[in-house]
Amino acid sequence: MSNQEVQYIYQEGNLQASEPNKYRVEELEQGRMLINIGPQHPSTHGVLRLEVLTDGEVVKDVVPHIGYLHRCFEKHVESMPYNQGIPFVDRMDYLAAMNSEHAYAMGVEKMLGIADKIPPRVEYIRVLVAELNRLASHFVAIGTYAMDIGAFTPFMWLMRDREYILRMLEWTCGARMLYNYIWVGGLFYDLPVGFEEKCTEFIHYLKPKMIELRRLVVENKIFVQRTANIGILPLKKAINAGITGPMLRASGLKFDLRRVDGYSVYPELDFEVPIGTGEMGKVGDCWDRNWVRVLECDESIKIIEQCLAVLKGKHVRTREFDPQEVVPKKIRPKAQDLYVRAENPKGELGFFFRADGKSDIPFRCKARGCSFVNISVIPDLARDHMVADLIAIIGSIDMVLGEVDR
Amino acid sequence: MILDEFVQHIGSKLGEDIVLGKDEQSSPAAIICAPSNLKKLMRFLYEDERCFFDMLSCITAIDNGPEAATFELIYNLYSIPFDHQLMVKIAIDRPASGEELASADTLSDIWQAADWHEREAYDLMGIRFNGHPDMRRILLPADWKGHPLRKDYQDLETYRGIKVKY
Repeated sequence: MSNQEVQYIYQEGNLQASEPNKYRVEELEQGRMLINIGPQHPSTHGVLRLEVLTDGEVVKDVVPHIGYLHRCFEKHVESMPYNQGIPFVDRMDYLAAMNSEHAYAMGVEKMLGIADKIPPRVEYIRVLVAELNRLASHFVAIGTYAMDIGAFTPFMWLMRDREYILRMLEWTCGARMLYNYIWVGGLFYDLPVGFEEKCTEFIHYLKPKMIELRRLVVENKIFVQRTANIGILPLKKAINAGITGPMLRASGLKFDLRRVDGYSVYPELDFEVPIGTGEMGKVGDCWDRNWVRVLECDESIKIIEQCLAVLKGKHVRTREFDPQEVVPKKIRPKAQDLYVRAENPKGELGFFFRADGKSDIPFRCKARGCSFVNISVIPDLARDHMVADLIAIIGSIDMVLGEVDR
Repeated sequence: MILDEFVQHIGSKLGEDIVLGKDEQSSPAAIICAPSNLKKLMRFLYEDERCFFDMLSCITAIDNGPEAATFELIYNLYSIPFDHQLMVKIAIDRPASGEELASADTLSDIWQAADWHEREAYDLMGIRFNGHPDMRRILLPADWKGHPLRKDYQDLETYRGIKVKY
């Protein structure tokens, strides 16, 4: 298109809301009020719009409106080879791109039947970077959550530590957030020389900071009072609604796909699956959800340490090691349907592939976003709470709208 | 349970004609069912003590193209206590024109998770789910024309004065 062409012509009707409210103001009961929160609002963590029906200050119903960040991931992937889909996967959950790449690459490898040929060093590096990214994602979740509640310092502290992780991941592949580092069948490149040492240094730095974080946020009396007993998600409801990840674990179920499916090298690693116990309030409240994330950070640190030990010992870097040894030149899986799932920081990320066996591009690729499913319970969590508690509930879900809208 | 056991178990409880076929190539293994029996089968899979599929992970709608004239709906089920997975496939008629909707039965009264997945299938593929409590578009604007994930979808020229095609 040339620059001279007119790109936008105003007509009447262009400026009406494209997403009408579900409730009509004229039909509301006496005393009810409709409040619109978002899509541009810091406490909605992205472009989420909530239509809130209130009675005074009590929330009676919430209708989430999503789709403001829809970038047609599924349609795009239907027109490009499998390996070119990975940058698009990065852009779904942009806070945990490594984890999403890992899930996608695992799925394609399974379809090609090369899943057991991946060199162990590659698998350990994958788990290492994925866990680093999980830490970074949880730091954003905890930090922004504290900010929603009204504490600004933890946010800055956690962003400072997250910056370390982003710089290290930048060192591996050149990008800060959207890596394209994990490839189908291997990695873009081996870890840079000295990465293991720097990473060890970082872990030594981070451990005391995690204790500091607990004192600052989790045990803080104001924080506890704002989050305990708020937005309780019963386990039965959570399972029925397909909730996964820290939200499901906070409701009291020890369910982590890294343990249940035991993919990659996770069975060889030693880590616990923390669950919510209702220490400050009831099981499955906002405090529990945040607490599970804090505990998971500790577990990720444990995993990272074990991976580093292996990468410096058993599967040390050699001249002969080629991370792209089994990267296929041409990705053409047999005709089949495959559903692959992996534990992302936010829950179960699933990919459904249909390959037709005749082309290098997927016939259909569907992404089952964990945040997409997790935010669908906002109405159930928020009903009969105060409007201020609604903000606490949204923050405790830890969604990334890039993944909700895909 | 492995696939044959599922098929046998369902056959003994619901009748042999419920499961039309099985697909062992897909992962997890799949059973194929008629759209009219979907609800009966799914309720059984949810309630039965040996199946106990308490989680609906994913619903995928697939367009097989105007020549094949079918849509496929693929349900990924998972049972947390038994740690087994199952895929259930149905094929429904595909309307020829882009405006018309296909239809299938909703599962949102069995699993709450189906609610948003079905809205997404309605939005992007144009499948109406009978009995769904809130069948609105979810990702696209309410006044969008067409269903983009269909294989014969044509982009609009403009949307509210904004050029769509580049």
